[in-house]
Amino acid sequence: MAERDAMEMAEYKWPEPERRRLIGKRISRVDGPEKVTGRAKYTYDVNRPGMLAGKILRCPYAHARIARLDTSAVEKMPGVQAVLPLKKVGDEILWAGDEVVAVAAVDEPTAEDAIRAIVVEYEKLPHFVLDTDPKAAGERARPAAEQVEGDPDAAFREAEVVAEGLYGMSLITHCCLEAHGAVVEWEGENNVLVHISTQAVSGIAGQMAGPLGVPAGNIRVKQEHIGGGFGSKFGPDSWGIAAARLSKMAGGRPVKIMLERDAELMVAGARPSYYGRVRVGAKRDGTVIAWESETWGTGGIPPTSPLPVPYVLRIPNQRKRHIAIVTNSGPARAWRAPLHPQACLLTMAALDDLAAALRMDPLDLLLKNIELAGERADVYREELQIAAELMEWKKRWHPRGDPSPGPIKRGLGVSIHTWPGRGHACRCDLTIHPDGSVEVKLGSQDLGTGTRTAIAIVVADTLGIPLEAVRVRIGDTQYPPAGGSGGSTTIGGVSSAARRAALDALDQLFARIAPLLNASPDQLEAWDGRIRVKGDPSRSIAWEHACARLDGMPLTVRGENPGPGELTTAGAAGVQMADVSVDIETGIVRINKMVAVQDCGLIINMKTAESQCYGAMIMGISYALYEEKIMDPVTGRMLNPNMEFYKLAGLADIGELVVHMMTGEKYDRRGVIGLGEPPVISPGAAISNAVANAIGVRVPFLPLTPERVLEALAKKGGSHARV
Amino acid sequence: MEKQHSRAGSLSRRDFLKVSGITLTVPLVIGPRVLKVAGAEVKVFGPGRVPMTFTINGKTYRAELEPRVTLLDALRNEFELTGAKRVCDRGTCGACTVLLDGKPVYACSVLAIEAQGRAITTVEGLMQNGKLHPIQQAFIENDALQCGFCTPGFVVACKALLDRNPNPTPEDLVAGLGGNLCRCGTYVGIRAAIAQAARMQRGG
Repeated sequence: MAERDAMEMAEYKWPEPERRRLIGKRISRVDGPEKVTGRAKYTYDVNRPGMLAGKILRCPYAHARIARLDTSAVEKMPGVQAVLPLKKVGDEILWAGDEVVAVAAVDEPTAEDAIRAIVVEYEKLPHFVLDTDPKAAGERARPAAEQVEGDPDAAFREAEVVAEGLYGMSLITHCCLEAHGAVVEWEGENNVLVHISTQAVSGIAGQMAGPLGVPAGNIRVKQEHIGGGFGSKFGPDSWGIAAARLSKMAGGRPVKIMLERDAELMVAGARPSYYGRVRVGAKRDGTVIAWESETWGTGGIPPTSPLPVPYVLRIPNQRKRHIAIVTNSGPARAWRAPLHPQACLLTMAALDDLAAALRMDPLDLLLKNIELAGERADVYREELQIAAELMEWKKRWHPRGDPSPGPIKRGLGVSIHTWPGRGHACRCDLTIHPDGSVEVKLGSQDLGTGTRTAIAIVVADTLGIPLEAVRVRIGDTQYPPAGGSGGSTTIGGVSSAARRAALDALDQLFARIAPLLNASPDQLEAWDGRIRVKGDPSRSIAWEHACARLDGMPLTVRGENPGPGELTTAGAAGVQMADVSVDIETGIVRINKMVAVQDCGLIINMKTAESQCYGAMIMGISYALYEEKIMDPVTGRMLNPNMEFYKLAGLADIGELVVHMMTGEKYDRRGVIGLGEPPVISPGAAISNAVANAIGVRVPFLPLTPERVLEALAKKGGSHARV
Repeated sequence: MEKQHSRAGSLSRRDFLKVSGITLTVPLVIGPRVLKVAGAEVKVFGPGRVPMTFTINGKTYRAELEPRVTLLDALRNEFELTGAKRVCDRGTCGACTVLLDGKPVYACSVLAIEAQGRAITTVEGLMQNGKLHPIQQAFIENDALQCGFCTPGFVVACKALLDRNPNPTPEDLVAGLGGNLCRCGTYVGIRAAIAQAARMQRGG
């Protein structure tokens, strides 16, 4: 029996390349037709019978205490169905935009009128929103314990070249195009139906049960499509709970609260700012031996954690200090690859400045020290070489400071990154119906990464049937629970669970069909819409006919991750290069070209994998050049909670983008690794390095606005010649 | 239905659009009143609900709406045409793009009452005889979408661009689609999709 188990376990693996008709190919996403025709329904699009519009009154002050709160006039307003104070007199408010009162009314205009009629008086308290200088933060600065590895003092004495620099990136927001929000209704006293824009369909009920006082099993959560999350949509949020409470107060009528755009940008998520002063020391030949950093930054009230620096390269001797700055800037949330873009910039920019001090090509410096990347060193080496070819790096790179005449200076930059991305815990039910159709059900979600399509590809390829024969149903707590989509864990989780379910289902089907084909079950295989005897394709039965033998009873099999066989692992590696032009008269930075070379183990769908890299580079260009949650020190408010002044990159801003995905046996054998986050890590560093290469001086902070570029040029002095 | 309209606090965008630069106090009535404003006769509707008729994707739709309701909210809330999205809600991002008499407009910045008598085309109206429009097909094949929230606006903006310029240069693309924003970063796919759709349309 033990021997048989071992044999079965050995079968849980990905198919060999010649057995993949869909896996790894360029497959159009299965929900494309719904999305391009406007039929796809998002939470924002849910219109329920008798639905009320919920709105929230928000505090205009960054730090205040509620002195008076009077909702009596609003409660009598025609059309207003429920009024729910979310704060009480005496409560302290710690950021502008925090929720004070929620109302539900017959329609949005009426709810807006109601919000304006609420009377609140605040006692204003001192606020603080500045994050770029820890010395100015006073008692708002919270130092963390110093971390030391090796002997940094001795290493810096030994170093022949030491570079020192200041780097960082500002607060930015998630700016999901579909705002956060939910539509909640009660069915009787004890059952709740929740439509919510979320990255964690299976995780919402458990978070709402306590606040609502009903068992999690009585809360049904649904979501067909989500309009962006990027790490900011894992909980029901105070407004989701408020929608549920308002609904109960209104006799169970559905209440819809979707955040207004200003609230979305002020309170529904921000990426913490991080800044740092870094010293890095090397031998004359470029061997990096010493790292010292003092970092600081803010994520609002909860203190920021120390950064994982030095990033990717484990420099043997290190000293690191971190100071969390506690501000009234509003709540931070996980933002696509938390801490990595910041750690990447601080490390890759410091190494780039070290290369300049060594008068070395930064690509050569990275290659010289690549063994410090540990297990993935060979992957980085291969990727750096491919990226260099795609960028024509060796032909086009010049030392710091473009020597060409005229105001437009051109430069190249490089960066490397990593991310774990092992598949999460996930269950799915796979049903083969007697008519030959196949259904897969799981409480997962497709953030636009192509999760539905990936599941369909895995199941169809395993069962040897066309993609169209598989229907994937996700986004409902009535399906088996699946992990939240964070940490790039979804593709590994859902593809592994689906593969196991499909293999097990196939085993059961083979057991039924084997006698018909005069074969034993282990002699059968599924291929090209038929079940056939291996090595004797003349003995076969069409898929539909085989399924008809199920005697009218659908065959349902549960697949799980983790499970037998290593179908998903961790540790994606990637390289990016940027080619920029900088106008030294206006300070405007333009992207000419970017190259992304990325590994993510076995690729399920090449088309959507490439899209992740293109999209991540564009998001990276956006945060490198344009995005900043600008906090006003006078009022403590965000100055740009809208899409005119919170700038996202547009079609005109991206230049030429090149993606190369690593493929082949060496990558396939690591199984599926997540890809949502890794390629968004390097753009900031690669672009910052390219700008330094172009203009001969480091612009310390992202976004690289014209103002910051001109300020760096002014500090450098009149000459723009090479360093 | 009677409603009170508080004038306390700041002027909302809807209020601003509603009064269109003139401030009036008007009783709750259905149907227009005629007022003299700067010597001209001006029909004044609302603030109560007014019967309105629209031509959307070739079909007639009727609703009673307050004059302050935008075309976007009318489409989404009254007619279940939720393809056009509300994102910035102030004419920046293009997610609500629809065609008015063939020209692209931000539906969040057009009052429903003013869209009467004009041909309104939404993303739901682009399919012909159950077949995807070549632009829609090209969006799918070139993976010009991820979360898909901006996609209806982009598809409609692409149609408007190709209708007036069947052979757009890269510069034309930037101008024609510069009013639409995507957060997932699908611009590479969109560039390829519009090139393919243009080729398909030229090929007939």
